Amino acid sequence: MPIAEPELRQWVCRVVEGKASRRQFMRIMLGLGLSAPFIANLLTTYTPAAAQGARVAPSAFTPTKRGGGGRLRLLWWQAPTIANVHLSTGTKDNDASRVVHEPLVGFNRDGEFIPVLAEEIPSFDNGGLSRDGTGVSWRLKKGVVWHDGKPFTADDVIFTWEYAVDPATGAVTSGSYQNIKQIDKLDEHTIKVTFVEPTPFWYDAFCGVRGQILPKHLVGEYKGQNSRNSPYNLKPVGTGPYKMVEFKPGDVALYEINPHYHVPNRPFFDMIELKGGGDAASAARAVIQTGEFDYGWNLQVEKDVLERIERQGTRGKVVIFPQANLEHIQLNRTDPWTEVDGERSSLKAPHPFLTDLLVRQAYNVAVDRRIIAEQLYGAAGQPTSNFIDSPTRFQSPNTSWEYSLEQAAQRLDQAGWKRVSDGFRAKDGRRMKLVYQTSVNPVRQKTQAIVKKAFEKIGIEVELKAVNAGVYFSSDPANSDTVSHFYADIQMFSFSPGSPDPQAHLNRFVSWQIAQKANNWSGRNVVRWSNVEYDRLWKQAEGELDPVKRAALIIRMNDLLIEDVVLIPVIWRNGVRAMSHQLQGVELSDWDSDFWALAYWYRET
Amino acid sequence: MHKYLLRRFLITIPTLIGISLVLFTVLAMAPGDPFEELALNPNIPAEVRLNLRQQFGLDDPIPVRYVRWFTSMLRGDWGYSFASRVDVDRLILQRLPTTLFVLGTAYGLALLIALPVGVISAVRPYSLFDQIATTLAFVGHSLPTFFNGLLFILLFSLYLDWLPFIYSTTIEASGIRWVVEHLRQAAMPIAVLGLFEAASLTRFIRASILDVIHQDFVTTARAKGLTERRTVLWHVLRNALIPVITIVALQLPGIFTGAVITEQIFRVPGIGSLLITAIQSTDTPVVMAITFVYAMLVVVFNLVADIIYGFLDPRITYS
Repeated sequence: MPIAEPELRQWVCRVVEGKASRRQFMRIMLGLGLSAPFIANLLTTYTPAAAQGARVAPSAFTPTKRGGGGRLRLLWWQAPTIANVHLSTGTKDNDASRVVHEPLVGFNRDGEFIPVLAEEIPSFDNGGLSRDGTGVSWRLKKGVVWHDGKPFTADDVIFTWEYAVDPATGAVTSGSYQNIKQIDKLDEHTIKVTFVEPTPFWYDAFCGVRGQILPKHLVGEYKGQNSRNSPYNLKPVGTGPYKMVEFKPGDVALYEINPHYHVPNRPFFDMIELKGGGDAASAARAVIQTGEFDYGWNLQVEKDVLERIERQGTRGKVVIFPQANLEHIQLNRTDPWTEVDGERSSLKAPHPFLTDLLVRQAYNVAVDRRIIAEQLYGAAGQPTSNFIDSPTRFQSPNTSWEYSLEQAAQRLDQAGWKRVSDGFRAKDGRRMKLVYQTSVNPVRQKTQAIVKKAFEKIGIEVELKAVNAGVYFSSDPANSDTVSHFYADIQMFSFSPGSPDPQAHLNRFVSWQIAQKANNWSGRNVVRWSNVEYDRLWKQAEGELDPVKRAALIIRMNDLLIEDVVLIPVIWRNGVRAMSHQLQGVELSDWDSDFWALAYWYRET
Repeated sequence: MHKYLLRRFLITIPTLIGISLVLFTVLAMAPGDPFEELALNPNIPAEVRLNLRQQFGLDDPIPVRYVRWFTSMLRGDWGYSFASRVDVDRLILQRLPTTLFVLGTAYGLALLIALPVGVISAVRPYSLFDQIATTLAFVGHSLPTFFNGLLFILLFSLYLDWLPFIYSTTIEASGIRWVVEHLRQAAMPIAVLGLFEAASLTRFIRASILDVIHQDFVTTARAKGLTERRTVLWHVLRNALIPVITIVALQLPGIFTGAVITEQIFRVPGIGSLLITAIQSTDTPVVMAITFVYAMLVVVFNLVADIIYGFLDPRITYS
């Protein structure tokens, strides 16, 4: 860490007590390479409740009445199929659900906690967080009603936990609720959550995307096996700014204003139309060129196409915001071409050359991240050398990347891989040949081509393979083309932490998560790397309550991955959206749904 | 006649069982599952996916799954969508009106264009009108709908800015304005599909009339002193349309199952787009239901076409 720990602690206290400027503190911390979300977390942990204002989108617009904004048209090129986040199969469903439902706390762009259904953010000082990290008390906002007029109470929050952890429900959010041992209802608007063990990431359950609260009086009987029969899945009822009017799975969701929303004079629009389907490029056109829609989601469009659309269009613009998505190349530590006990890429068969650090280092400097970023991503991504770049409080300052084919060739020579007569490299009669797999996606195929060209220049034979995304990312144990089987030498895809805390993200490389036949390839460590120090750091970080020490542990884990070239980080991808020029007040956050602050969106006329 | 119908009906049962068996096996053997995004999210433990696979019955052997599907289908339960957790028949019924409207209108338009153009072309073969009509029909038939669709969007939406290119089922208007808006958004998909169908139908009608128009009974009709108009409409057309009706009857199942590509381009929420998204997300119960309904309709309309034959052509009898 660039700043001594005790010093930092003192300073935080001064800021919290109001003796030092919060703004200056933020600025200096940013300068030190720490970042806004980290500082926010620090301050939240130490700050008394009174100091926290619900700061949402820095907007000059303060409406004096609710509604009057007409219809807001939103275009998602993947169509929502279910409006209950706990049963969702993807972001599209989480978003459709979030218009109606709300969590206790939302996360803004900087990862700061914004109370939604919570009265205040729990902290040590207000007694919300227990000192040993095993409990958190939530005070719920009073006077909130569900869309059907029933009051929102502690029972709903407790029910949401019971619903999510019941295995028969098949809730995809269960991971966020599993470490809760019990929840005590202290009164109608106060609950005390007790964790199984000390939990630094206490802001997972009931917070952000996966924290959306369900109404007990409507979903109560549809817990467990019954969950699929629930009429609720088509007609959800929440506490959110808009009510569901009509939902056609795979096509459109229509919402109307909630006249009893718990924030005064919000929201602005009378109706919301969330249309789904089609493709990303034409969605960009519908917003930027024809203006049929006000907002277009996740424009994964090739750079040239998107730039042309923006140049031709007059009605809208492309909006970029930081995300935590990493496009990277993984290097298989096991041999995909030898079968041992009925499985390839077995731990018993180490890879013939990817286990050599010199070879991995050679590959690392042979990937031209700059060209890939400039030619294929444009504003949608930048080169990176880290596994974790965001939240930036965990971004390591210790890594760097370079592109040098000379160095790559040198390292390969050094490792004993010499060029033979046909120009490709071989060692002890074995040729250096790679199968390089990824999912079918135009940008990925072009990236493959760039990497292949560079690799072949230094004498590595590369065979490209592209698998349909539905197959590649599936969990089918019988299919050998999946990411987790990794029956190839190197593979490329992207992943992100999915929450402001990277602990779960980092378990992709712990040794007990290695994907193999024994666990039906459900393990997350598909590179099949194991490292004692990494395992130890991960366990330590899991229970470390001090945010500063924890950040240091996480950065060390990142550095281990990079030093040992477990993976080659390529592009740190940004979020890309299209937005009408009139649409204002939109603050996007990668830590939460696009709609985390939908109540504050408005249109300028 | 009744015996014939009964026999035909009984034959359809093993046919449909055979079709369902093949469809189910192919779908069950296809790789992939609906949990792509779950697999990439580190906050969703692997057990969740495995648990869901088990709940959806994806890990059972294929014969067991087939029997389960078949028996519940007989009870009228088509299963539920993995993605929406909603009954499949409900999803299909939700899409049916849109598909029927867009495709029905398109086929109507196709007939309205193809009949007169085909007849006039055939009655005056190699005239200027015929030359133009056959050339256009040839071009229209050769250009695929995805190409025409994009061309229409480029011209009418992006360049001229006349028509919306995203189909909406939740139009915010009422009365006349609702009708106008509805027609505006349906214009392009209907035109693309209608013109494509019209092109092939025109060629078919023209050929069919040319077959008939040189036969002796037509000459006799002319010799009787009938007007050209009455000869064509009464004697030629009635005979020439028999094969055309078969073609149209066999295309009718397509109206129910939608036009996959056109619906995708214009975001028409019909059954075709339901099918394609279900395929993409490996939502097997939905794919199975739509393809099987299609198979049933094809079988049924085959029978209908055969029966219509009997009414149109007294020479055909069923025994």
